[in-house]
Amino acid sequence: MIIYGVTLLSVCTLTGITIGQMLGKLIGVPANVGGVGIAMILLILAGSYLNKRGLLDVKTEQGVEFWSAIYIPVVVAMAAKQNVMGALTGGPMAILAGVSAVACGFALVPMLDRLGKDESKTSAAPATNS
Amino acid sequence: MYESLLKVTDKYDLIAAFAVIGLTMWFSYWVSGRFTRGRVHGSAIAILLGLTMAYLGGLFTGGEKGVVDIPLLSGIGLLGGSMLRDFAIVATGFGVNIDELKQAGISGVIALVMGILSSFFAGVAIALAFGYTDAVSLTTIGAGAVTYIVGPVTGAAIGASSEVIALSIAAGLVKSILVMVTTPFFASLIGLNNPRTAVIFGGLMGTSSGVAAGLAATDPKLVPYGCLTAAFYTALGCLLGPSLLFILMRGIMG
Repeated sequence: MIIYGVTLLSVCTLTGITIGQMLGKLIGVPANVGGVGIAMILLILAGSYLNKRGLLDVKTEQGVEFWSAIYIPVVVAMAAKQNVMGALTGGPMAILAGVSAVACGFALVPMLDRLGKDESKTSAAPATNS
Repeated sequence: MYESLLKVTDKYDLIAAFAVIGLTMWFSYWVSGRFTRGRVHGSAIAILLGLTMAYLGGLFTGGEKGVVDIPLLSGIGLLGGSMLRDFAIVATGFGVNIDELKQAGISGVIALVMGILSSFFAGVAIALAFGYTDAVSLTTIGAGAVTYIVGPVTGAAIGASSEVIALSIAAGLVKSILVMVTTPFFASLIGLNNPRTAVIFGGLMGTSSGVAAGLAATDPKLVPYGCLTAAFYTALGCLLGPSLLFILMRGIMG
C-alpha cells in the first residue's frame, strides 16, 4: 500500500530530525545537527534492508517516490517565499559578502575534487603537473 | 468575487499552492523548451520565476516572506516551508547509491570545514574593506556569509549590534539566492556532474535552501548527495562561529 511508503518516509524523517535536535542540544548549538542527513541515511539503510527481505513492493516504493518527485515544486515554492527584497536592499556590503562567499565555494569544488582523488590513488597514478 | 476567492484560498491554501506552483512549472518548462531548446533547465527557470515573484511580493507588501505575504498565495508558505522541504529532500535519498556516498565521505567532511572557513573569511575580508575593524562585527558579518542562520546566532552570542546582525542576515540571503540561481550555469565549469562533486559542493556551499534549489536546477539526481552534507553545515557553523572563529578574530584584531 502506498501509505506504507509514506509512513516509512515519515518515521525516518521524524527520527532523523529528532536525533539532530538532540545532538544540537548535547553540543549546545541552537540548530539541528544534520537531522535531514541522518534521516536520509536511515531511509537508505531501511530501504535496502527491506528490499533485501523482499518487503518493499512497488506500491510502497511509490509512496516514497511521489514525495521525491514533488521535490522540485517544493523548491520552487521555497524560492517564492524567500526574502529577496531583504537580500537586495541589504546594501553593497551584504551583497559583496554573499557574492565572494559563493565565488570561493565554486572555486574550491574542483580543488577539493582533485585533492581526494590524489589521496586515493597516490601509488597508482603517475605524478602530473596539475 | 475577490472576497469569495480569498475565502476559498484561505481555507484551501495548500491546494491553491499546488495549483499556482504547478502552473509556474508548466510555464517554465514551456519556456525552457520553446526558447532555450531545453538548454536552460525548466526547473532553473521555475526557481528564477519563484524568486522574481518573491521580490515582487516583498516590493508590494513590504513583508519578509515573498509571495506568502500576499493573502491569495499564503499556501506557498506551507508547500515551500521547512516541513515539506525536509520531507521531500529525505525522500530523494531513496535513490542514493551507498557506495558512491562512502567514497565521497571524507571529501565531504573536508568540504564542510573548508566551506565554513572560506565563506567566513570572504565575509570578513569584505567587512574589513568596508571599514569594520572590531572583532565582534567582523565575526558576525563573516558568520552571515556562512549562512543567514549562523550570522544572527553568532551575533547574538557575542553581542553584536542589531544593524550588524541585520547585515549578516542579508549577506546570508544573498549567498543562498545566488547559489540557487547560478549553480546550473557554473556546474559544467566546476565538474558538478557526479555524486562525488555534489557531496563536495553541498559541504562547500552549505546553505540548505541554496544547495537544494541549485542542484535541483542542475540535475535532480545529485540533490540527495549535496543535501546530505549541507545538512551538517549550519550546525557546524553555529558551533564554530561564536567559539573558535570569534576567538581567532579577537586574536587577530586585538
